[in-house]
Amino acid sequence: MLPLFVVVPLAAAFLIVILAKRFEFLSDFLSNLATGFSFILSCVLLFILSHSSLKVMVYKVGGWLPPFGVDLVIDGFSSFMLVTINIVAFMLNIFCISYMRKYSAKWKFYTLFLLMLVGMNGIVISGDIFNMFVFLEIASVASFALVAYGVEAEELEAAFKYIIMSAVASSFILLGIAFLYSYTSTLNLADIAGVLEAKGLSNVVILVNILFIMGFGLKAAIVPFHAWLPDAHPSAPAPVSSFLSGILIKALGVYVLIRIFYNIIGINRALLAVFTFLGVLSIMVGVLLALGQMDLKRLLAYHSISQVGYIILGLGLGTPLGILGGLFHLFNHSIFKSLLFLNSGAVEYSLGTRNLEEMGGLREKMPVTSSTSMAASMAISGVPPFNGFWSKLIIIVACIQVHKIGLAFWAVLGSILTLSSFMKVQKYAFFGSLKKAYQNLKEVPFSMQFAMLVLGIICVIGGILILPHFDSFFLFPAQQAVMRGLGYKGLIYSVLK
Amino acid sequence: MSPYILCFLLFSVGIYGILRKRNIIKIIIGTVICEYAVNLFLIIFGYRMGGHAPIYSPDKDINNMVDPLVQALVLTAIVIGLATTALVVAVAIRIYEKYGTFDITKIRKLKG
Repeated sequence: MLPLFVVVPLAAAFLIVILAKRFEFLSDFLSNLATGFSFILSCVLLFILSHSSLKVMVYKVGGWLPPFGVDLVIDGFSSFMLVTINIVAFMLNIFCISYMRKYSAKWKFYTLFLLMLVGMNGIVISGDIFNMFVFLEIASVASFALVAYGVEAEELEAAFKYIIMSAVASSFILLGIAFLYSYTSTLNLADIAGVLEAKGLSNVVILVNILFIMGFGLKAAIVPFHAWLPDAHPSAPAPVSSFLSGILIKALGVYVLIRIFYNIIGINRALLAVFTFLGVLSIMVGVLLALGQMDLKRLLAYHSISQVGYIILGLGLGTPLGILGGLFHLFNHSIFKSLLFLNSGAVEYSLGTRNLEEMGGLREKMPVTSSTSMAASMAISGVPPFNGFWSKLIIIVACIQVHKIGLAFWAVLGSILTLSSFMKVQKYAFFGSLKKAYQNLKEVPFSMQFAMLVLGIICVIGGILILPHFDSFFLFPAQQAVMRGLGYKGLIYSVLK
Repeated sequence: MSPYILCFLLFSVGIYGILRKRNIIKIIIGTVICEYAVNLFLIIFGYRMGGHAPIYSPDKDINNMVDPLVQALVLTAIVIGLATTALVVAVAIRIYEKYGTFDITKIRKLKG
């Protein structure tokens, strides 16, 4: 069952290349089928996992026992990530049916999109560090091509910047893997954890930590490594921006950082201090840079940096409450940030511009876009009762719980600045008077409305996920999996026997 | 020890190329040098002096083996590097068509 997450989108991408060149309609159909199937499968897996006693599933590729063979592992954290990835991917694909009509060669877009999905699903279910690297590169290369998809001057420039910085990050990651392999002589994650525990920490492991923080931090766009994001994310077509900002930086960056540092190398106080520092730095730098932006998509991209800071801050606290808040914010951010980018795509689709100064009064003409955008803006700024409020509240309470009032202060300040920034978006774009040139504006087609509405509804009711009974199947297993720490290897050994 | 130092020097040359050069093509070459330095590093620590290929044969007793796993890893890494390089060169050609130059100080349409 586990390989299907990689096989199905990959097969769909392959078939689209062969068939959809000739039969244009098949590209929509096949990619929606594949993403829908993998979404349903991820929900089924979540259900199975929450009812099984072991809370972990291992698939041995080719029947070889790890550490000699490659294995695919899924635990609470992975299945949480899978649901987050696939729900957004499915909604984006529905959005694309209408949106991508204005681009030529739709099938190329769908192929790359599905390859990106393959990469992300693969990273999340992989139980082998080199396989993780390969899937990471598949997702990265597909995303490079998608950033340059419009082949205009700005897009190519952004793509070039992104590719070079990402290639350096990949070199650092591979170097880290090389050092780790030379120290432990194994590539299997559980086995690495076992060997590291037996051998103890040494300078090599500290070097590996630094290399991984640089490499995966660049993929996650944590602040000192964030320079590529505000160029690359706005340049892509809107659904791809959503996918990059909503999911890619988390699956490639945050997930791997958390998996490696919590479950494999083992978290310690120094690493936690680094995480909280980088988190607060990201929150403040991202939001301050976002304040002055007048380009809608660029503004959203800067907010991605700031919101990833919240996730890193929550997870860097290291307490159960902080981890819960961080994970919940990860899910929430992927929902509302994809929704905001879809809104910007819808506005661009109708108006042909993304400069805030040229918009105004869109509320009357585009009710669905403006109301969903309002929901997402309130969610990202942390206004109750939207989902973003609850996750930010948990993170701030967790900061106060460990007597770090300073961190709580920065988190609250970041949230207030976010609110002011999104008030600006609402004022310029959706309120005010309608410009004369836009009198004949129409609401976007149905498939785009549908995708935005579903994500908007999740924004409104997402807060129920932390209520008792609801948290036991989604957030709680993920939190347990992260909290288990070095117990990860013991769990996998117990399944293999 | 000296192969590792040379490897590190090669990596530094690549980083220097990425950071200091203005020509897009030279930056791309810098990234390629970085990748190759890492690949070389992987190969070097899998190698044993006077080692044999780890192929089983009944008449020979092999004690001193070369680690074959790193070579498989490097093959994969080379293929990935090839894909990235092909893509970035394609982007560089398109950039030249749009801007008429390879100089990154003149390619500044983005604000950031």
